[in-house]
Amino acid sequence: MPSGTPITIEHLTKRYGAVTAVDDVTFTAMPGRVTGFLGPNGAGKTTTLRVLLGLARATEGTATFGGTAYAALDEPARRVGASLSSDVFHPGRSGRDHLRVLQLATGIERDRVDAVLQRVGMIDAADRRVGGYSLGMRQRLGLAAALLGDPGTLVLDEPINGLDPAGITWIRVFLRELAAEGRTILLSSHVLSEVAQTVDDVVVIARGRIVMAGPLAELSAGTAARVRVDASDRAALAAAITAAGGVVETPSAGALTVTGLDADAVGRAALGARVPLTLLTPISDDLESVFLRLTSDHPDPDARPVNSGEVAA
Amino acid sequence: MRAVTRAIAAELVRVFSLRTWWVLAIVLVAYVGITAGGFAFFVTADTEGGPGPLPAEVAAQLVYSSTTSVALVIPLLFGALAATSEYRWRTLTPTFLAQPRRTVVLVGRLVVAILVGALYGVMGAVTSVAAGAPVLAANGVDTLLGEPEVLGLLARTVLACALWSLLGLGLGALLTSQIAAIVIVLVFTQFIEPILRVVAGAWDWSAELARYLPGAATDSLVGAGIIASVGQLDPTVPGVVEPLTRLEGGLVLATLSVVFVAVAAVTTLRRDID
Repeated sequence: MPSGTPITIEHLTKRYGAVTAVDDVTFTAMPGRVTGFLGPNGAGKTTTLRVLLGLARATEGTATFGGTAYAALDEPARRVGASLSSDVFHPGRSGRDHLRVLQLATGIERDRVDAVLQRVGMIDAADRRVGGYSLGMRQRLGLAAALLGDPGTLVLDEPINGLDPAGITWIRVFLRELAAEGRTILLSSHVLSEVAQTVDDVVVIARGRIVMAGPLAELSAGTAARVRVDASDRAALAAAITAAGGVVETPSAGALTVTGLDADAVGRAALGARVPLTLLTPISDDLESVFLRLTSDHPDPDARPVNSGEVAA
Repeated sequence: MRAVTRAIAAELVRVFSLRTWWVLAIVLVAYVGITAGGFAFFVTADTEGGPGPLPAEVAAQLVYSSTTSVALVIPLLFGALAATSEYRWRTLTPTFLAQPRRTVVLVGRLVVAILVGALYGVMGAVTSVAAGAPVLAANGVDTLLGEPEVLGLLARTVLACALWSLLGLGLGALLTSQIAAIVIVLVFTQFIEPILRVVAGAWDWSAELARYLPGAATDSLVGAGIIASVGQLDPTVPGVVEPLTRLEGGLVLATLSVVFVAVAAVTTLRRDID
Protein backbone atom coordinates (compact mmCIF):
# COMPACT_ATOMS: atom_id res chain seq x y z
CA MET A 1 0.00 0.00 0.00
CA PRO A 2 1.50 3.34 -0.96
CA SER A 3 2.05 5.56 2.00
CA GLY A 4 1.82 9.31 1.73
CA THR A 5 4.42 11.95 2.38
CA PRO A 6 3.51 15.11 4.26
CA ILE A 7 3.23 18.17 2.04
CA THR A 8 5.07 21.03 3.65
CA ILE A 9 4.70 24.62 2.53
CA GLU A 10 6.97 26.99 4.43
CA HIS A 11 6.96 30.76 4.14
CA LEU A 12 6.15 30.49 0.46
CA THR A 13 5.98 33.75 -1.44
CA LYS A 14 5.44 34.13 -5.17
CA ARG A 15 5.54 37.53 -6.79
CA TYR A 16 4.78 38.37 -10.41
CA GLY A 17 6.35 41.77 -10.84
CA ALA A 18 4.59 44.05 -8.36
CA VAL A 19 1.78 41.57 -7.73
CA THR A 20 2.19 39.23 -4.77
CA ALA A 21 0.14 36.15 -5.66
CA VAL A 22 1.21 34.09 -2.66
CA ASP A 23 2.33 35.86 0.50
CA ASP A 24 4.29 34.00 3.18
CA VAL A 25 2.12 30.88 3.07
CA THR A 26 2.83 28.11 5.58
CA PHE A 27 0.85 24.89 6.12
CA THR A 28 1.21 21.13 6.19
CA ALA A 29 -1.00 18.41 4.69
CA MET A 30 -0.68 15.13 6.56
CA PRO A 31 -0.79 11.50 5.34
CA GLY A 32 -4.06 9.65 5.80
CA ARG A 33 -6.01 12.92 5.76
CA VAL A 34 -7.78 14.91 3.11
CA THR A 35 -6.72 18.51 3.33
CA GLY A 36 -8.94 21.07 1.63
CA PHE A 37 -7.06 24.08 0.29
CA LEU A 38 -9.80 26.65 0.09
CA GLY A 39 -10.16 30.16 -1.12
CA PRO A 40 -11.93 32.27 -3.72
CA ASN A 41 -10.69 32.29 -7.30
CA GLY A 42 -7.48 34.25 -7.57
CA ALA A 43 -6.58 33.75 -3.90
CA GLY A 44 -3.31 32.00 -4.75
CA LYS A 45 -4.31 28.32 -4.53
CA THR A 46 -3.23 27.28 -8.01
CA THR A 47 -0.02 29.31 -7.82
CA THR A 48 0.90 27.57 -4.56
CA LEU A 49 0.23 24.15 -6.10
CA ARG A 50 2.22 25.03 -9.25
CA VAL A 51 5.23 26.00 -7.17
CA LEU A 52 4.83 22.82 -5.11
CA LEU A 53 4.95 20.76 -8.31
CA GLY A 54 7.94 22.53 -9.80
CA LEU A 55 5.99 24.21 -12.61
CA ALA A 56 6.68 27.68 -11.24
CA ARG A 57 9.52 29.00 -9.14
CA ALA A 58 9.08 30.31 -5.62
CA THR A 59 10.18 33.89 -5.04
CA GLU A 60 10.89 32.97 -1.42
CA GLY A 61 10.28 29.98 0.81
CA THR A 62 9.87 26.30 0.03
CA ALA A 63 7.17 23.84 -0.95
CA THR A 64 8.21 20.22 -0.55
CA PHE A 65 7.11 16.63 -0.14
CA GLY A 66 8.57 15.61 3.20
CA GLY A 67 11.48 18.01 2.66
CA THR A 68 12.18 17.10 -0.98
CA ALA A 69 11.20 19.33 -3.90
CA TYR A 70 9.06 17.65 -6.57
CA ALA A 71 11.76 17.75 -9.24
CA ALA A 72 14.28 16.24 -6.83
CA LEU A 73 12.08 13.23 -5.99
CA ASP A 74 13.28 9.88 -7.23
CA GLU A 75 10.62 8.84 -9.78
CA PRO A 76 8.22 11.66 -8.83
CA ALA A 77 5.21 10.15 -10.64
CA ARG A 78 5.35 7.10 -8.33
CA ARG A 79 5.43 9.31 -5.24
CA VAL A 80 3.14 12.18 -6.13
CA GLY A 81 0.16 12.30 -8.47
CA ALA A 82 -1.22 15.62 -9.56
CA SER A 83 -4.11 16.94 -11.58
CA LEU A 84 -3.92 20.69 -11.98
CA SER A 85 -6.50 21.58 -14.56
CA SER A 86 -9.18 19.96 -16.64
CA ASP A 87 -8.00 21.62 -19.84
CA VAL A 88 -4.50 20.22 -20.22
CA PHE A 89 -5.39 17.69 -22.90
CA HIS A 90 -4.93 17.83 -26.66
CA PRO A 91 -8.47 17.55 -28.01
CA GLY A 92 -7.32 15.38 -30.92
CA ARG A 93 -5.77 12.69 -28.74
CA SER A 94 -7.71 9.87 -27.09
CA GLY A 95 -7.82 9.59 -23.32
CA ARG A 96 -5.91 6.33 -23.48
CA ASP A 97 -3.15 7.83 -25.66
CA HIS A 98 -2.85 10.78 -23.28
CA LEU A 99 -2.17 8.32 -20.47
CA ARG A 100 0.13 6.25 -22.71
CA VAL A 101 2.36 9.27 -23.32
CA LEU A 102 2.63 9.88 -19.56
CA GLN A 103 3.10 6.18 -18.82
CA LEU A 104 6.00 5.99 -21.29
CA ALA A 105 7.57 9.23 -20.07
CA THR A 106 7.52 8.07 -16.46
CA GLY A 107 8.46 4.44 -17.08
CA ILE A 108 5.40 3.23 -15.18
CA GLU A 109 4.18 -0.27 -16.07
CA ARG A 110 1.92 -0.34 -19.12
CA ASP A 111 -0.94 -2.22 -17.44
CA ARG A 112 -1.44 0.74 -15.10
CA VAL A 113 -3.11 2.64 -17.97
CA ASP A 114 -6.07 0.27 -18.08
CA ALA A 115 -6.05 -0.06 -14.30
CA VAL A 116 -6.51 3.67 -13.70
CA LEU A 117 -9.03 4.03 -16.54
CA GLN A 118 -11.01 1.30 -14.84
CA ARG A 119 -10.67 2.90 -11.42
CA VAL A 120 -12.06 6.27 -12.54
CA GLY A 121 -14.76 4.66 -14.67
CA MET A 122 -13.41 5.87 -18.01
CA ILE A 123 -12.53 2.59 -19.67
CA ASP A 124 -15.43 2.77 -22.15
CA ALA A 125 -14.59 6.31 -23.27
CA ALA A 126 -10.82 5.74 -23.31
CA ASP A 127 -10.48 5.42 -27.07
CA ARG A 128 -12.53 8.50 -27.90
CA ARG A 129 -10.85 11.83 -28.53
CA VAL A 130 -10.69 14.13 -25.53
CA GLY A 131 -12.29 16.90 -27.64
CA GLY A 132 -15.59 15.05 -27.25
CA TYR A 133 -15.35 14.65 -23.48
CA SER A 134 -17.54 16.49 -20.99
CA LEU A 135 -15.89 18.51 -18.23
CA GLY A 136 -16.63 15.69 -15.80
CA MET A 137 -14.94 13.16 -18.08
CA ARG A 138 -11.87 15.37 -18.36
CA GLN A 139 -11.79 15.64 -14.57
CA ARG A 140 -11.81 11.85 -14.38
CA LEU A 141 -9.08 11.58 -16.98
CA GLY A 142 -6.97 14.06 -15.01
CA LEU A 143 -7.54 11.97 -11.90
CA ALA A 144 -6.55 8.83 -13.82
CA ALA A 145 -3.32 10.55 -14.87
CA ALA A 146 -2.62 11.48 -11.25
CA LEU A 147 -3.15 7.87 -10.13
CA LEU A 148 -0.99 6.37 -12.88
CA GLY A 149 2.03 5.78 -10.65
CA ASP A 150 -0.13 4.63 -7.69
CA PRO A 151 1.34 7.52 -5.68
CA GLY A 152 1.03 7.92 -1.92
CA THR A 153 0.44 11.63 -2.27
CA LEU A 154 -2.16 13.38 -4.41
CA VAL A 155 -2.40 17.04 -5.30
CA LEU A 156 -5.67 17.93 -7.01
CA ASP A 157 -6.66 21.42 -8.14
CA GLU A 158 -10.46 21.88 -8.16
CA PRO A 159 -11.16 18.17 -8.77
CA ILE A 160 -14.87 18.56 -8.09
CA ASN A 161 -15.43 21.56 -10.36
CA GLY A 162 -17.69 20.62 -13.25
CA LEU A 163 -18.84 17.26 -11.93
CA ASP A 164 -22.53 16.41 -11.98
CA PRO A 165 -24.22 15.42 -8.69
CA ALA A 166 -23.51 11.72 -9.33
CA GLY A 167 -19.90 12.58 -10.09
CA ILE A 168 -19.59 14.63 -6.90
CA THR A 169 -20.86 11.73 -4.81
CA TRP A 170 -18.50 9.41 -6.63
CA ILE A 171 -15.40 11.57 -6.09
CA ARG A 172 -16.23 12.10 -2.39
CA VAL A 173 -16.34 8.35 -1.79
CA PHE A 174 -13.29 7.86 -3.99
CA LEU A 175 -11.16 10.44 -2.16
CA ARG A 176 -12.20 9.06 1.24
CA GLU A 177 -11.11 5.61 0.03
CA LEU A 178 -7.77 6.95 -1.11
CA ALA A 179 -7.19 8.73 2.20
CA ALA A 180 -8.20 5.62 4.14
CA GLU A 181 -5.43 3.83 2.27
CA GLY A 182 -2.98 6.13 4.02
CA ARG A 183 -2.42 8.62 1.21
CA THR A 184 -1.87 12.31 1.63
CA ILE A 185 -4.51 14.22 -0.30
CA LEU A 186 -4.38 17.94 -0.87
CA LEU A 187 -7.27 19.28 -2.89
CA SER A 188 -8.22 22.81 -3.66
CA SER A 189 -11.66 24.29 -4.10
CA HIS A 190 -13.29 27.68 -4.18
CA VAL A 191 -16.55 26.30 -2.79
CA LEU A 192 -16.29 24.99 0.76
CA SER A 193 -19.62 23.18 0.65
CA GLU A 194 -18.29 21.10 -2.25
CA VAL A 195 -15.61 19.58 -0.08
CA ALA A 196 -17.00 19.96 3.46
CA GLN A 197 -18.09 16.31 3.44
CA THR A 198 -14.75 15.12 2.14
CA VAL A 199 -12.01 16.98 3.97
CA ASP A 200 -10.53 16.41 7.42
CA ASP A 201 -8.46 19.56 7.52
CA VAL A 202 -8.89 22.93 5.91
CA VAL A 203 -6.42 25.58 4.90
CA VAL A 204 -8.16 28.80 3.94
CA ILE A 205 -6.32 31.28 1.75
CA ALA A 206 -7.47 34.75 0.77
CA ARG A 207 -5.57 37.39 -1.20
CA GLY A 208 -2.43 35.23 -1.06
CA ARG A 209 -2.41 34.80 2.72
CA ILE A 210 -3.49 31.94 4.94
CA VAL A 211 -6.41 33.09 7.07
CA MET A 212 -7.12 29.80 8.82
CA ALA A 213 -5.60 26.33 8.98
CA GLY A 214 -6.70 23.38 11.06
CA PRO A 215 -9.29 20.61 11.37
CA LEU A 216 -12.60 21.30 9.63
CA ALA A 217 -14.37 21.33 13.02
CA GLU A 218 -12.31 24.34 14.06
CA LEU A 219 -13.78 26.37 11.25
CA SER A 220 -17.23 26.31 12.81
CA ALA A 221 -16.02 26.29 16.43
CA GLY A 222 -15.59 30.04 16.48
CA THR A 223 -19.29 30.67 16.16
CA ALA A 224 -21.56 30.10 19.16
CA ALA A 225 -24.17 27.40 18.76
CA ARG A 226 -27.66 28.85 18.74
CA VAL A 227 -31.11 27.45 19.24
CA ARG A 228 -34.31 28.75 17.78
CA VAL A 229 -37.28 28.18 19.97
CA ASP A 230 -40.90 29.30 20.21
CA ALA A 231 -44.02 28.85 22.31
CA SER A 232 -47.42 30.49 22.44
CA ASP A 233 -46.39 32.06 25.77
CA ARG A 234 -43.13 33.65 24.70
CA ALA A 235 -42.65 35.66 27.88
CA ALA A 236 -42.82 32.52 30.09
CA LEU A 237 -40.48 30.71 27.75
CA ALA A 238 -37.95 33.54 27.78
CA ALA A 239 -38.10 33.68 31.60
CA ALA A 240 -37.55 29.90 31.87
CA ILE A 241 -34.55 30.02 29.52
CA THR A 242 -33.00 32.97 31.29
CA ALA A 243 -33.48 31.17 34.63
CA ALA A 244 -31.67 28.12 33.18
CA GLY A 245 -28.68 30.29 32.19
CA GLY A 246 -29.48 30.92 28.54
CA VAL A 247 -29.31 34.26 26.77
CA VAL A 248 -32.35 35.21 24.75
CA GLU A 249 -31.77 37.50 21.83
CA THR A 250 -34.90 39.65 21.83
CA PRO A 251 -36.52 39.48 18.46
CA SER A 252 -38.93 42.15 17.26
CA ALA A 253 -41.31 39.40 16.30
CA GLY A 254 -41.42 35.66 15.89
CA ALA A 255 -39.38 32.88 17.43
CA LEU A 256 -36.67 33.42 20.05
CA THR A 257 -32.98 32.84 19.39
CA VAL A 258 -31.08 31.42 22.32
CA THR A 259 -27.36 31.26 22.95
CA GLY A 260 -25.55 29.66 25.87
CA LEU A 261 -27.78 26.59 25.96
CA ASP A 262 -28.11 23.69 23.57
CA ALA A 263 -31.46 22.41 22.27
CA ASP A 264 -31.58 19.73 24.95
CA ALA A 265 -31.16 22.26 27.80
CA VAL A 266 -33.69 24.64 26.25
CA GLY A 267 -36.22 21.79 25.97
CA ARG A 268 -35.69 20.79 29.60
CA ALA A 269 -36.04 24.39 30.80
CA ALA A 270 -39.36 24.70 28.95
CA LEU A 271 -40.55 21.38 30.35
CA GLY A 272 -39.62 22.48 33.88
CA ALA A 273 -41.63 25.66 33.42
CA ARG A 274 -44.51 23.70 31.83
CA VAL A 275 -44.38 25.83 28.70
CA PRO A 276 -45.45 23.80 25.64
CA LEU A 277 -43.05 24.37 22.77
CA THR A 278 -44.17 25.00 19.23
CA LEU A 279 -40.64 25.08 17.78
CA LEU A 280 -37.19 23.87 18.81
CA THR A 281 -34.35 23.95 16.27
CA PRO A 282 -30.59 23.99 16.77
CA ILE A 283 -28.94 26.39 14.33
CA SER A 284 -25.45 25.59 13.23
CA ASP A 285 -23.81 28.56 11.62
CA ASP A 286 -23.24 27.04 8.21
CA LEU A 287 -19.68 26.64 7.07
CA GLU A 288 -20.13 28.49 3.83
CA SER A 289 -20.93 31.74 5.68
CA VAL A 290 -17.94 31.31 7.97
CA PHE A 291 -15.84 30.67 4.90
CA LEU A 292 -17.21 33.72 3.10
CA ARG A 293 -16.54 35.88 6.12
CA LEU A 294 -12.96 34.59 6.35
CA THR A 295 -12.26 35.22 2.71
CA SER A 296 -14.25 38.36 2.02
CA ASP A 297 -12.47 41.51 0.97
CA HIS A 298 -13.35 43.33 4.20
CA PRO A 299 -13.38 40.72 6.92
CA ASP A 300 -15.62 41.87 9.73
CA PRO A 301 -15.64 39.42 12.61
CA ASP A 302 -18.80 40.94 14.08
CA ALA A 303 -20.85 40.67 10.94
CA ARG A 304 -23.60 38.13 11.35
CA PRO A 305 -23.78 35.99 8.24
CA VAL A 306 -27.04 35.45 6.46
CA ASN A 307 -28.04 32.13 7.88
CA SER A 308 -29.50 29.53 5.57
CA GLY A 309 -30.40 27.43 8.65
CA GLU A 310 -32.79 30.15 9.73
CA VAL A 311 -34.46 30.24 6.37
CA ALA A 312 -35.01 26.50 6.60
CA ALA A 313 -36.42 26.83 10.12
CA MET B 1 19.97 7.68 -20.33
CA ARG B 2 16.92 5.61 -19.45
CA ALA B 3 15.00 8.82 -18.92
CA VAL B 4 15.95 9.97 -22.43
CA THR B 5 14.84 6.65 -23.96
CA ARG B 6 11.53 7.04 -22.12
CA ALA B 7 11.19 10.61 -23.33
CA ILE B 8 11.72 9.48 -26.93
CA ALA B 9 9.15 6.69 -26.60
CA ALA B 10 6.65 9.13 -25.08
CA GLU B 11 7.27 11.70 -27.82
CA LEU B 12 6.73 9.08 -30.53
CA VAL B 13 3.32 8.18 -29.11
CA ARG B 14 2.57 11.89 -28.66
CA VAL B 15 3.22 12.50 -32.37
CA PHE B 16 1.65 9.40 -33.84
CA SER B 17 -1.51 9.56 -31.70
CA LEU B 18 -2.58 12.73 -33.48
CA ARG B 19 -3.74 13.27 -37.06
CA THR B 20 -1.33 16.14 -37.74
CA TRP B 21 1.56 13.99 -38.94
CA TRP B 22 -0.35 12.13 -41.63
CA VAL B 23 -2.33 15.15 -42.81
CA LEU B 24 1.05 16.82 -43.38
CA ALA B 25 2.33 13.62 -45.04
CA ILE B 26 -0.57 13.64 -47.53
CA VAL B 27 0.09 17.29 -48.42
CA LEU B 28 3.79 16.52 -48.83
CA VAL B 29 3.23 13.53 -51.11
CA ALA B 30 0.69 15.42 -53.24
CA TYR B 31 2.88 18.50 -53.49
CA VAL B 32 6.08 16.60 -54.31
CA GLY B 33 4.29 14.25 -56.70
CA ILE B 34 2.77 17.07 -58.74
CA THR B 35 6.03 19.06 -58.75
CA ALA B 36 8.25 16.12 -59.72
CA GLY B 37 5.88 14.91 -62.43
CA GLY B 38 5.33 18.41 -63.79
CA PHE B 39 9.00 19.27 -63.73
CA ALA B 40 9.99 16.01 -65.37
CA PHE B 41 7.64 16.89 -68.21
CA PHE B 42 8.76 20.55 -68.38
CA VAL B 43 12.51 19.83 -68.59
CA THR B 44 12.31 16.93 -71.02
CA ALA B 45 9.50 17.75 -73.41
CA ASP B 46 10.27 20.01 -76.34
CA THR B 47 7.58 22.51 -75.47
CA GLU B 48 7.46 26.03 -76.76
CA GLY B 49 8.79 28.51 -74.21
CA GLY B 50 10.28 25.71 -72.11
CA PRO B 51 13.97 25.17 -71.64
CA GLY B 52 13.87 22.32 -74.13
CA PRO B 53 15.19 18.89 -73.36
CA LEU B 54 17.92 19.19 -70.72
CA PRO B 55 20.78 16.74 -70.34
CA ALA B 56 19.76 13.74 -68.27
CA GLU B 57 22.05 14.61 -65.33
CA VAL B 58 20.54 18.09 -64.92
CA ALA B 59 16.97 16.96 -65.57
CA ALA B 60 17.07 14.02 -63.17
CA GLN B 61 18.64 16.04 -60.37
CA LEU B 62 16.07 18.80 -60.71
CA VAL B 63 13.21 16.32 -60.64
CA TYR B 64 14.54 14.33 -57.71
CA SER B 65 15.19 17.46 -55.68
CA SER B 66 11.49 18.40 -55.78
CA THR B 67 11.10 17.68 -52.07
CA THR B 68 13.66 20.23 -50.98
CA SER B 69 12.60 22.68 -53.67
CA VAL B 70 8.95 22.93 -52.70
CA ALA B 71 8.06 20.80 -49.67
CA LEU B 72 10.50 21.73 -46.89
CA VAL B 73 7.63 23.71 -45.42
CA ILE B 74 6.11 20.38 -44.33
CA PRO B 75 8.87 19.19 -41.95
CA LEU B 76 9.32 22.82 -40.84
CA LEU B 77 5.63 23.09 -40.03
CA PHE B 78 5.71 19.71 -38.30
CA GLY B 79 8.54 20.78 -35.99
CA ALA B 80 6.89 24.13 -35.25
CA LEU B 81 3.53 22.47 -34.49
CA ALA B 82 5.17 19.83 -32.28
CA ALA B 83 6.74 22.54 -30.14
CA THR B 84 3.85 24.99 -30.01
CA SER B 85 1.04 22.46 -29.58
CA GLU B 86 2.14 22.00 -25.96
CA TYR B 87 1.61 25.71 -25.35
CA ARG B 88 -1.57 25.87 -27.42
CA TRP B 89 -3.26 23.06 -25.45
CA ARG B 90 -1.42 23.67 -22.16
CA THR B 91 -0.19 20.09 -22.18
CA LEU B 92 3.20 21.18 -20.84
CA THR B 93 1.71 20.79 -17.37
CA PRO B 94 1.27 16.98 -17.54
CA THR B 95 4.45 16.71 -19.60
CA PHE B 96 6.60 18.40 -16.96
CA LEU B 97 4.81 16.61 -14.13
CA ALA B 98 5.74 13.30 -15.75
CA GLN B 99 9.31 14.47 -16.32
CA PRO B 100 10.32 17.50 -14.27
CA ARG B 101 13.76 17.57 -15.89
CA ARG B 102 12.83 19.79 -18.80
CA THR B 103 16.06 19.18 -20.70
CA VAL B 104 15.21 15.46 -20.89
CA VAL B 105 11.85 16.33 -22.44
CA LEU B 106 13.59 18.65 -24.91
CA VAL B 107 16.14 16.00 -25.93
CA GLY B 108 13.38 13.44 -26.53
CA ARG B 109 11.53 15.95 -28.63
CA LEU B 110 14.65 16.82 -30.66
CA VAL B 111 15.28 13.17 -31.47
CA VAL B 112 11.68 12.59 -32.52
CA ALA B 113 11.61 15.79 -34.62
CA ILE B 114 14.69 14.54 -36.46
CA LEU B 115 13.17 11.07 -36.94
CA VAL B 116 9.83 12.34 -38.22
CA GLY B 117 11.58 14.93 -40.40
CA ALA B 118 13.64 12.12 -41.90
CA LEU B 119 10.45 10.12 -42.42
CA TYR B 120 9.03 13.05 -44.43
CA GLY B 121 12.32 13.11 -46.36
CA VAL B 122 11.95 9.43 -47.25
CA MET B 123 8.33 9.99 -48.32
CA GLY B 124 9.38 12.97 -50.43
CA ALA B 125 12.33 11.15 -52.02
CA VAL B 126 10.23 8.09 -52.88
CA THR B 127 7.42 10.27 -54.25
CA SER B 128 9.74 12.38 -56.41
CA VAL B 129 11.16 9.21 -57.98
CA ALA B 130 7.77 7.52 -58.31
CA ALA B 131 6.22 10.56 -59.98
CA GLY B 132 9.25 11.86 -61.88
CA ALA B 133 11.09 8.82 -63.21
CA PRO B 134 8.22 7.44 -65.36
CA VAL B 135 7.79 10.87 -67.02
CA LEU B 136 11.53 11.13 -67.69
CA ALA B 137 11.54 7.61 -69.11
CA ALA B 138 8.45 8.30 -71.24
CA ASN B 139 10.23 11.26 -72.79
CA GLY B 140 13.28 9.17 -73.52
CA VAL B 141 15.51 10.64 -70.82
CA ASP B 142 17.68 8.36 -68.70
CA THR B 143 16.23 8.17 -65.17
CA LEU B 144 19.76 7.64 -63.73
CA LEU B 145 18.16 5.81 -60.81
CA GLY B 146 21.11 3.56 -60.06
CA GLU B 147 23.63 6.41 -60.18
CA PRO B 148 25.45 7.16 -56.91
CA GLU B 149 24.98 10.89 -57.59
CA VAL B 150 21.19 10.48 -57.62
CA LEU B 151 21.14 8.13 -54.63
CA GLY B 152 23.31 10.59 -52.73
CA LEU B 153 20.95 13.41 -53.61
CA LEU B 154 17.98 11.42 -52.31
CA ALA B 155 19.83 10.60 -49.09
CA ARG B 156 20.69 14.28 -48.61
CA THR B 157 16.99 15.09 -49.14
CA VAL B 158 16.23 12.94 -46.10
CA LEU B 159 18.94 14.74 -44.10
CA ALA B 160 17.62 18.15 -45.20
CA CYS B 161 14.05 17.32 -44.11
CA ALA B 162 15.33 16.11 -40.72
CA LEU B 163 17.19 19.41 -40.27
CA TRP B 164 14.16 21.48 -41.28
CA SER B 165 12.00 19.65 -38.78
CA LEU B 166 14.58 20.50 -36.13
CA LEU B 167 14.57 24.10 -37.34
CA GLY B 168 10.79 24.18 -36.94
CA LEU B 169 11.03 22.74 -33.44
CA GLY B 170 13.53 25.40 -32.41
CA LEU B 171 11.44 28.16 -33.97
CA GLY B 172 8.29 26.87 -32.27
CA ALA B 173 9.97 26.48 -28.88
CA LEU B 174 11.25 30.02 -29.19
CA LEU B 175 7.97 31.61 -30.30
CA THR B 176 5.62 29.41 -28.19
CA SER B 177 2.66 30.95 -30.01
CA GLN B 178 1.22 28.48 -32.50
CA ILE B 179 -0.45 31.10 -34.66
CA ALA B 180 2.75 33.15 -34.87
CA ALA B 181 4.79 30.06 -35.73
CA ILE B 182 2.43 28.97 -38.54
CA VAL B 183 2.26 32.45 -40.03
CA ILE B 184 6.02 32.95 -39.93
CA VAL B 185 6.72 29.50 -41.39
CA LEU B 186 4.29 29.97 -44.27
CA VAL B 187 5.11 33.59 -45.07
CA PHE B 188 8.86 33.03 -44.87
CA THR B 189 9.07 29.83 -46.91
CA GLN B 190 6.39 30.66 -49.46
CA PHE B 191 7.03 34.36 -50.07
CA ILE B 192 9.90 36.06 -48.33
CA GLU B 193 12.70 33.60 -48.99
CA PRO B 194 11.93 32.83 -52.66
CA ILE B 195 11.61 36.56 -53.39
CA LEU B 196 14.79 37.39 -51.48
CA ARG B 197 16.72 34.72 -53.34
CA VAL B 198 15.63 35.95 -56.74
CA VAL B 199 16.05 39.65 -55.93
CA ALA B 200 19.40 39.09 -54.23
CA GLY B 201 20.81 37.86 -57.53
CA ALA B 202 20.85 41.47 -58.75
CA TRP B 203 24.00 42.41 -56.85
CA ASP B 204 27.08 40.41 -56.00
CA TRP B 205 27.08 41.28 -52.30
CA SER B 206 23.44 40.36 -51.83
CA ALA B 207 23.84 37.20 -53.87
CA GLU B 208 26.66 36.19 -51.57
CA LEU B 209 24.56 36.81 -48.47
CA ALA B 210 21.57 35.04 -49.98
CA ARG B 211 23.56 31.82 -50.12
CA TYR B 212 23.11 31.62 -46.37
CA LEU B 213 19.31 31.71 -46.49
CA PRO B 214 17.99 28.37 -45.23
CA GLY B 215 16.46 27.41 -48.57
CA ALA B 216 19.62 28.30 -50.48
CA ALA B 217 21.77 26.46 -47.97
CA THR B 218 19.52 23.43 -48.43
CA ASP B 219 19.94 23.53 -52.21
CA SER B 220 23.69 23.58 -51.63
CA LEU B 221 23.43 20.65 -49.22
CA VAL B 222 21.27 18.61 -51.57
CA GLY B 223 23.15 19.64 -54.70
CA ALA B 224 20.21 20.82 -56.78
CA GLY B 225 17.13 22.96 -56.53
CA ILE B 226 14.68 24.76 -58.72
CA ILE B 227 15.51 28.31 -57.64
CA ALA B 228 19.23 27.50 -57.55
CA SER B 229 18.93 26.23 -61.12
CA VAL B 230 17.23 29.30 -62.49
CA GLY B 231 20.61 30.91 -63.05
CA GLN B 232 21.94 27.88 -64.82
CA LEU B 233 18.86 27.51 -66.97
CA ASP B 234 18.71 31.12 -68.01
CA PRO B 235 22.08 32.72 -68.71
CA THR B 236 20.50 36.19 -68.77
CA VAL B 237 19.95 36.03 -64.99
CA PRO B 238 22.94 37.93 -63.68
CA GLY B 239 25.25 37.34 -60.75
CA VAL B 240 25.62 33.61 -60.41
CA VAL B 241 27.73 33.44 -57.30
CA GLU B 242 29.44 30.17 -56.52
CA PRO B 243 26.98 28.38 -54.18
CA LEU B 244 28.00 27.01 -50.80
CA THR B 245 29.49 23.55 -50.73
CA ARG B 246 27.34 20.66 -49.51
CA LEU B 247 29.09 20.66 -46.17
CA GLU B 248 28.73 24.42 -45.76
CA GLY B 249 25.05 24.23 -46.68
CA GLY B 250 24.48 21.49 -44.12
CA LEU B 251 26.39 23.42 -41.48
CA VAL B 252 24.36 26.57 -42.07
CA LEU B 253 21.12 24.63 -41.50
CA ALA B 254 22.44 22.70 -38.52
CA THR B 255 23.84 25.85 -36.89
CA LEU B 256 20.58 27.73 -37.33
CA SER B 257 18.61 24.83 -35.79
CA VAL B 258 21.01 24.49 -32.87
CA VAL B 259 20.92 28.23 -32.19
CA PHE B 260 17.09 28.26 -32.13
CA VAL B 261 16.91 25.23 -29.85
CA ALA B 262 19.65 26.52 -27.54
CA VAL B 263 18.04 29.94 -27.19
CA ALA B 264 14.67 28.30 -26.51
CA ALA B 265 16.28 26.02 -23.90
CA VAL B 266 17.59 28.95 -21.87
CA THR B 267 14.56 31.23 -22.34
CA THR B 268 11.04 29.91 -22.93
CA LEU B 269 11.77 26.45 -21.54
CA ARG B 270 12.80 27.81 -18.15
CA ARG B 271 9.73 29.93 -17.67
CA ASP B 272 6.91 29.21 -15.25
CA ILE B 273 4.22 27.04 -16.81
CA ASP B 274 0.67 28.27 -16.51
